[in-house]
Amino acid sequence: MSFLQISNVSKRFGVNTVVRDFDLGVERGEFVSFLGPSGCGKTTMLRMIAGFETPSAGNIVIDGEDVTDTRPNRRRIGMVFQAYALFPNLSVADNVAFGLKVAGRPKSEIEPRVAEMLALIKLPHLAERYPYQLSGGQQQRVALARALAPSPRVLLLDEPLSALDAQIRLSLREEIRALQRELGITTIFVTHDQEEALSISDRIVVMSDGRIEQCGAPFEIYNRPTSRFVASFVGTLSLLDGVRESGSTVAVNGTSVTLAEPPQGATGAPVTLALRPEAVKLEPSPERINRLSARVEDTQFLGSVVRLKLSVAGGIILADTFNRPTAPPPLRGALVDLYFSPSDVFALKPGAAPGPATAA
Amino acid sequence: MTNSRLVPFAIVAVGALYFFLPLVATFEFSLSMLRGIWSFEAYRVVFDDPRFRETFVFSVVAALATIVLGALLVVPTAYWVRLKFPRLRPLVEFITLLPLVIPPIVLVFGYLRLYNSSSFLPFTGSALGTNILLVFGYVILSLPYMFRAVDTGMAAIDIRTLTEAAESLGARRPTILFKVILPNVRAAVLSGAFLTFAIVIGEFVLASLLNRPAFGPYLALMGANRAYEPAALAVIAFAVTWACMALLQVVGSQAPGRSRSGRSLFKLGRRAAR
Repeated sequence: MSFLQISNVSKRFGVNTVVRDFDLGVERGEFVSFLGPSGCGKTTMLRMIAGFETPSAGNIVIDGEDVTDTRPNRRRIGMVFQAYALFPNLSVADNVAFGLKVAGRPKSEIEPRVAEMLALIKLPHLAERYPYQLSGGQQQRVALARALAPSPRVLLLDEPLSALDAQIRLSLREEIRALQRELGITTIFVTHDQEEALSISDRIVVMSDGRIEQCGAPFEIYNRPTSRFVASFVGTLSLLDGVRESGSTVAVNGTSVTLAEPPQGATGAPVTLALRPEAVKLEPSPERINRLSARVEDTQFLGSVVRLKLSVAGGIILADTFNRPTAPPPLRGALVDLYFSPSDVFALKPGAAPGPATAA
Repeated sequence: MTNSRLVPFAIVAVGALYFFLPLVATFEFSLSMLRGIWSFEAYRVVFDDPRFRETFVFSVVAALATIVLGALLVVPTAYWVRLKFPRLRPLVEFITLLPLVIPPIVLVFGYLRLYNSSSFLPFTGSALGTNILLVFGYVILSLPYMFRAVDTGMAAIDIRTLTEAAESLGARRPTILFKVILPNVRAAVLSGAFLTFAIVIGEFVLASLLNRPAFGPYLALMGANRAYEPAALAVIAFAVTWACMALLQVVGSQAPGRSRSGRSLFKLGRRAAR
């Protein structure tokens, strides 16, 4: 059994089922992200781990102890909220000391621990300040120190970076990950930002409509999404509708596209193919044996990368090419050939939750 | 000055006269106890009267007891309703507004019927019991002001998230209430407290019908029997009330999280002066 074991958890509010049959094991020291659009149930699941909501079915076990019906204050979890939730009447040091004081630890233990925590978040000079005197990023770091001070078994982060501006978000996210590695604390991180989830997680749980859509390492989630929903939610993806031929080829408007492995379904069945923009090139190579004729609809110059919007028979394909000073990007309206290898194109599971097409 | 500015000016002037003239007249009258000269003789007589001190102290103590009891009743109620039963809030608000609709005379007759010396709960059987009953009555009378103030204070802080944060750190509900919620609605509780103080200091009906030696009945007694002292008393009562209001302004202007228990009176004064 895993350190944090969530078994068949469901949550209903009246007639609405917000979380369905959630099954997940998290190992000690692992950093797992719940990723999904708002309303997908990720925060509700986190709140059930924290104990603020009670599951309608299933159970939650932390370190061998069934905590499904344990009150939040007895679970020994640390939680960081989107709105920081620092106690406005207490100084930074008193905020960090709160959990230790509540636990009745002696003063001789609290003081060094608070100093240690403030050093960890690199704010020892702000110990006597009050929350209203701090910036958002500083407040969130204090909230992190406060949650970590009583040595919780699990750290829960509920969109902790969403209220911060872009630059702080980036640096704090690296800090959180470094701290988590240093302390080896089991962490659940809830976010709707796929880039955030991809960059700091050991594993990502992509959720939609209360269900786990896919669970895996960031590399796996990005490169091998199993459903159309995951494919469209994580990263940018171009989708092509085709019809299955015999073997591992799919006909897209009359042109055969070769896949690395045969797609599911019978011959003649409709298949949706997905392509990442970085897999599509305008030059052939021994691997890139698939070729489609396209017309350049638009070019976006993004600095190191040039993103081309190409229309092919059967859909729109995005292609990212590296910027080369000697070769200007093709002009709008130009006719080009695009190439990609069989291992870069994959068929989405039929019948999976329909996601919005992202070829825009 | 054009005609268009004259009219508003006149309205303000009439309003100010309507408000200040009786005050000025009362104050002037209170100074004229000795024939022919202005003096503070009436104030000296009032302050020398042992009944003034006794009744004033009685009412101050009753007011403080009311504030403590009222806060202990209202803060947890407002907290609990906001946290667990937000849908009941209009109902609770309605109940707390009832004392504004139901006259105190009805309240006190109800008390006398229910808690008289031959009832199952003979509160009025002893002086202490009657005092306790009086304070209970005052808590009811101050409920509309106390609840409004505290409830508004709670709306200003995110009590749900603060509660959850404290809970995840291992705190139990009483700890959360007294260490997290109460300090952060301190300003609101204080403004409710000053309103309560102002109400209780001058309250007549409850104190008179329960026959307690409070400041309100003393004021009425003096008013019925003396000439100059009631004017002096009215000015004193007015000054006390306005001092309460001024304190309320000062405390109320402190945003949550910016109030420090160690704040000195000097700083308070500076804030008030700004």
